[in-house]
Amino acid sequence: MTMAMLLDGCLVLLILGIAAWTVLARNTFPAVAGYAVYGLLLALAWVRLAAIDAALTEAAIGGGLTGVLLIRATVRLRSTEARAHAERPGPLFRIFAALLAAACAGLLAVVFLGLPDPAPTLAPMVAENLSVTGLGNAVTAVLLAFRAIDTLLEAVVLVFALIAVWSLAPNRHWGGRPGPRYTLDPDAMLAYLGRLLPPLGIIVAIYVFWVGADLPGGKFQAGTLLSAMWLLTIIAGLQDSPPVSRRWVRGLLVLGTVVFLAIGFAGWPLAGFFLAYPEDYAKPLILLIEAASMISIAVTLGLLVLGPPARSNDS
Amino acid sequence: MNLLLDLWTVAAVVAGVFFFLAGTVGLLRFPDTLTRLHALTKADNLGLGLVVLGLLPRVGSLLDALKLLCVWLLVLLAGACASQLIARHVKRSQPPT
Repeated sequence: MTMAMLLDGCLVLLILGIAAWTVLARNTFPAVAGYAVYGLLLALAWVRLAAIDAALTEAAIGGGLTGVLLIRATVRLRSTEARAHAERPGPLFRIFAALLAAACAGLLAVVFLGLPDPAPTLAPMVAENLSVTGLGNAVTAVLLAFRAIDTLLEAVVLVFALIAVWSLAPNRHWGGRPGPRYTLDPDAMLAYLGRLLPPLGIIVAIYVFWVGADLPGGKFQAGTLLSAMWLLTIIAGLQDSPPVSRRWVRGLLVLGTVVFLAIGFAGWPLAGFFLAYPEDYAKPLILLIEAASMISIAVTLGLLVLGPPARSNDS
Repeated sequence: MNLLLDLWTVAAVVAGVFFFLAGTVGLLRFPDTLTRLHALTKADNLGLGLVVLGLLPRVGSLLDALKLLCVWLLVLLAGACASQLIARHVKRSQPPT
């Protein structure tokens, strides 16, 4: 008991320390590195709270993907960093920002500490009705059966984020390939890793997706793994990024949402209302939605990291 | 037998932790990037390897043991590749002396 307390205490101190470091770091790159470590530590905290699903997502998205996104942003902004440092905001502005941030955190703390004990929970209801879905993992059941509408909207938001990134493309590059052209160096370590790792990564991703029905895992974690493998082959120069105007790219981006909506609307005549699954078919339908969403998530996340179209089709 | 396995776990994990500690000290104290990389990979390769070896008698099934070994091998691969990339970058950005 005391050993566990000691471990948790150290973890909390580390998380607070790295959070402070991320905020206080003067340069962008150390701040970004700190943020990625913060994501990994947060994943450990989720593990300690026995929320393995959240931990997997946090490690994949918070530690991995967001880190890559931010590092790319840092590299893009490097030429303006000195100028940004030069224009230091006035003390009034900084005090106001600090007050605003502190008020936000304080409000959250008040709300959290004001929760009745034990906090209101729907967990017993989920556990009671889990057998209806044919799933073993309560988190997946909540995400895709009991609160499917939230998950549907999340998938849409992801595509909107990509549209926002794409809208930063200059006119002459619109429809072209995102990111720089990476040249393949056949003897380099990256090419070796790009050939060796993807088969393993794809197997792990499919495993994570498949066990998501009964154990921690699921489409989001699996999709992130797939997109990482795809990005690895692109950065190693083994293949080029696809032009954003390609039909198959657009198709894969909306595949998950389209399948989700189609099954959702089919629920109207078949089961009585929107997003309801006909009895006995819940699990196969959920797996179908998850598989389609996994592919869409992988492509969306990969293209988000690659950024807006930056060169024309043929170069 | 159980006592022997316990002793093995304690010895291997302690040895692993020692390598992690030594690697961290090296990372903080060594003078340049290449030597720091050298210290870091010791922690990854030997430290994690010993911890995994120490934990092997504790796992419930053969599948779990295989998963642990896979984790170690993947970290070895990632560590080796990442340090190669960093070292290459350092070598290219420094003029030869």
